[in-house]
Amino acid sequence: MARREDGRFLTGQGSYVDDYRPARLLYAAFLRSPHAHARVVRIDASAALTLPGVAAVLTGEDLARSAKPVRAASKTPAVKVTSFPPLALGKVRHVGEAVVMVAAESRYVAEDAVERILVEYEPIPVVTDMEGALRPESPLLHDEAGTNLLVSREFARGDVDEALAGAALVVRERFRFHRHTPVCMENRGCLAEYATGSGTLTLRSSAQCPGLVRDVLSDLLDMPEHRIRVIAADVGGGFGAKASLYPEEIATCVMARRLGRPVKWIGDRREDLLATTHAWDEIVEAELGVDRDGAIVGLRAQVTADVGAYSIYPWTAAIEPVQTISFLPGPYRVPTYRGRTRGVATCKAPLGPYRGVGRPPAVFVIEGLMDRAARQLGLDPTEIRLRNFVRDEEFPYKSPSGIVWDRSSFTASLLRACEALDYAAVRAEQARARAAGRWLGVGVASYVELTGIGSAIPVSPGMPIATGTEAATIRFDPAGKVTAVFGVASHGQGLETTLAQIVADEVGVPIDDVRVIHGDTEVSPYGTGTYASRSLVLAGGAAILAGRAVREKMLVIAGHLLEADPADVVMTDGRWAVRGMLDRSVAAREIARAAYTGARRLPTGLEPGLEATRFYDPYYGTASNATHVAVVELDRETCAVKPLRYVVVEDCGRMVNPLIVDGQVHGGVAQGLGAALLEEIVYDDQGQLLSGTLMDYVVPSACEVPWMEVHHLETPSPVALGGFRGMGEGGTIGAPAAIANAVADALVPLGIEIAELPVTPDRLFRLIEHARARG
Amino acid sequence: MVTVRLNVNGVAHEGRCEPRKLLADFIREDLGLTGTHVGCEHGICGACTIMFNGEAARSCIMLAVQADGAELMTVEGLMRDGKLHPLQEAFREHHGLQCGFCTPGMLITALDLLRTNPSPTDREIREGISAVLCRCTGYQGIVNAVRAAAPTLVAGR
Repeated sequence: MARREDGRFLTGQGSYVDDYRPARLLYAAFLRSPHAHARVVRIDASAALTLPGVAAVLTGEDLARSAKPVRAASKTPAVKVTSFPPLALGKVRHVGEAVVMVAAESRYVAEDAVERILVEYEPIPVVTDMEGALRPESPLLHDEAGTNLLVSREFARGDVDEALAGAALVVRERFRFHRHTPVCMENRGCLAEYATGSGTLTLRSSAQCPGLVRDVLSDLLDMPEHRIRVIAADVGGGFGAKASLYPEEIATCVMARRLGRPVKWIGDRREDLLATTHAWDEIVEAELGVDRDGAIVGLRAQVTADVGAYSIYPWTAAIEPVQTISFLPGPYRVPTYRGRTRGVATCKAPLGPYRGVGRPPAVFVIEGLMDRAARQLGLDPTEIRLRNFVRDEEFPYKSPSGIVWDRSSFTASLLRACEALDYAAVRAEQARARAAGRWLGVGVASYVELTGIGSAIPVSPGMPIATGTEAATIRFDPAGKVTAVFGVASHGQGLETTLAQIVADEVGVPIDDVRVIHGDTEVSPYGTGTYASRSLVLAGGAAILAGRAVREKMLVIAGHLLEADPADVVMTDGRWAVRGMLDRSVAAREIARAAYTGARRLPTGLEPGLEATRFYDPYYGTASNATHVAVVELDRETCAVKPLRYVVVEDCGRMVNPLIVDGQVHGGVAQGLGAALLEEIVYDDQGQLLSGTLMDYVVPSACEVPWMEVHHLETPSPVALGGFRGMGEGGTIGAPAAIANAVADALVPLGIEIAELPVTPDRLFRLIEHARARG
Repeated sequence: MVTVRLNVNGVAHEGRCEPRKLLADFIREDLGLTGTHVGCEHGICGACTIMFNGEAARSCIMLAVQADGAELMTVEGLMRDGKLHPLQEAFREHHGLQCGFCTPGMLITALDLLRTNPSPTDREIREGISAVLCRCTGYQGIVNAVRAAAPTLVAGR
């Protein structure tokens, strides 16, 4: 089914933040730090304030008088809590950090004003290397923490040291997954309006989580939540980048409240690359022990993540490093495990969630180790995986980090992927290519991810907010049309279509009679938003519950109208009929009209109206899994990697809309491929961002992305309502590992392993030259 | 301030702006046509692509004054008689969009491709649309949509 939101997007009628232009609007611009680490000695904005058209200037000290500093609190001692002032207070900790905000009659004037502000900085030594930042002599980012080690945690099962000592083979590697950034095509932006008469604040923001932003603004601005409305109308991509609270949102609200005028800030791409959260950036040292048959006996690993300058709200600096170590064992039986993880502060933009969170590096590592072990044992990469997958009869299976995998299709997904690819034929082709001197490789990656997480597990460990529930309100109007309101917020996922499909099924109306409203805290039931592959599971589950409640009432009213026992009323072909007497029926619209007509048309004692709000908590959440297979060829002249085929077999449980599922996989794989081959955030050793444009940070174009063959298994989730499993992130989780393994497979004749991503042509060239020199 | 006279989607407009005003900002702010999006302001992402005297051009790296006397078409000009353009229909049918942000630039770019190459191969479609970055779709739905729309556009000529 084609999407219902497309009509407005195709005709230029989307409503993104920057499309709003209320009367008396002021435009904001930020002066951002040119230094990676410096004390702010003095700010002189007098020349800016005299510029015609400038309304106000806000510094960190001004702002601190109107808003509390952001502190991503944590319930676990594993995380050191540090402040993140919306505008620098006392010192700056990364290039691009917001220091002063200007509001003016146009963005042009606001930028002129920024140029006239003088800030005197006193540079202090910079630290950009995460391992160097752990040394005692390293410059300290946060005095209050007393260390740059903001996160430290360990998971263990069994005696891994003994297991590895007794293993037939131990493979080890130091993996490096470099820094990336999500690059939503719409840069971040927000528009705040404060109504002085009513004391209400409205923030339109390019946010994934309007509910979460509303809650925290209430605390920071000391305003009751019911006087704050956060609207995320159309949002041009999120991918996790827009799931956190941002300094600009707070500063814009403060400025609007101060001036009593609407204030809008729309970031440009430079600001996006400098100050939107970055991702992944980890060193993983890992050892995998296997027995003679390739069965895993133990896994030992240490993750070190460069979390950048600040711990972000609400996820904290723990989200990436802890997620990586939690998911490292993958879909395998790992009898002994010790995973240590560290999150280290450096003078770079903060690390935040990006599609996959922790799992793209985790899967790169475990799948890389599996291939290394297979090569040394002379096993095919598919064989070693099949020998180690959690078997179908072993579900539910508790992983060494404590995550429980419900019934999944690890083995089936791999077998189906091999069949779809014609694995044997591809291997035969590879042998011929190799004989002809071509570098052709096949890479396999299997993974499992936790999705639709309920209240039992925090999305990020120790985080200060609860994220385990979502709600749906389903309301019939007297004309029989349905409005369904959700606290989640769509930013490309097509939730206006999929949630409408679920609602339409539950209450028995055509989908065109259902309108989905989302992303507006004023009209929705309580919720946080869309992130962590949760929306179809949580909001879809809530829709099912609310739909059932409405349907039950409809049966009662229909029974009354039809003079039949409600137990004998059935819903069929869009009408509500007496079982066995289908000519005695009423339409949904007649039931709805009766519901609002009052006692004359309703059974005695039945409350008028036809609507229900229900909350859903999937408690543990569910699992989604997939196998990706990539076939690549390396250009011997340019060292460019060309993907020739790409097969995905994914299992997201019951599919509501296969077209949308395919689209999510395609987009996810393209991002994973970019991460593996092209994209890298690069800082120099003074913390200057060298990849500050889209010429330098290379997002794949249509020419770099291969045709993708996507196949589906539909193992209904045994634990989530509706059998849904979340699937927004999987493509990006599997692709880096599949590509890396394919490149390594192509280079087997040279004995090259891929331990660093992205594997750019210059890195490959060096690896190849080095291998040749080695002979 | 300078005066800019131009024709957008068949309608004559006159506006006054600073000489430094970007064409994209002029279209969005002065003409109120917010369908044209700004994604990078350095000519890479292509979200701001419009038809400029019949050819695709990036409105974020042009000044409004450069468009004085020009004929422009933006995404708002694609529909005819209240009906979607066949390319828009194809994008909808083949899931050629997700968040919708690159879509206006992508549609205009694809239209320009099909104007110069009415029956492109998949490779040519990919090269043609590589002027616009999309972060959501992995381009597969877009390639499918452009391929499907091509014969309809030829037939409609």
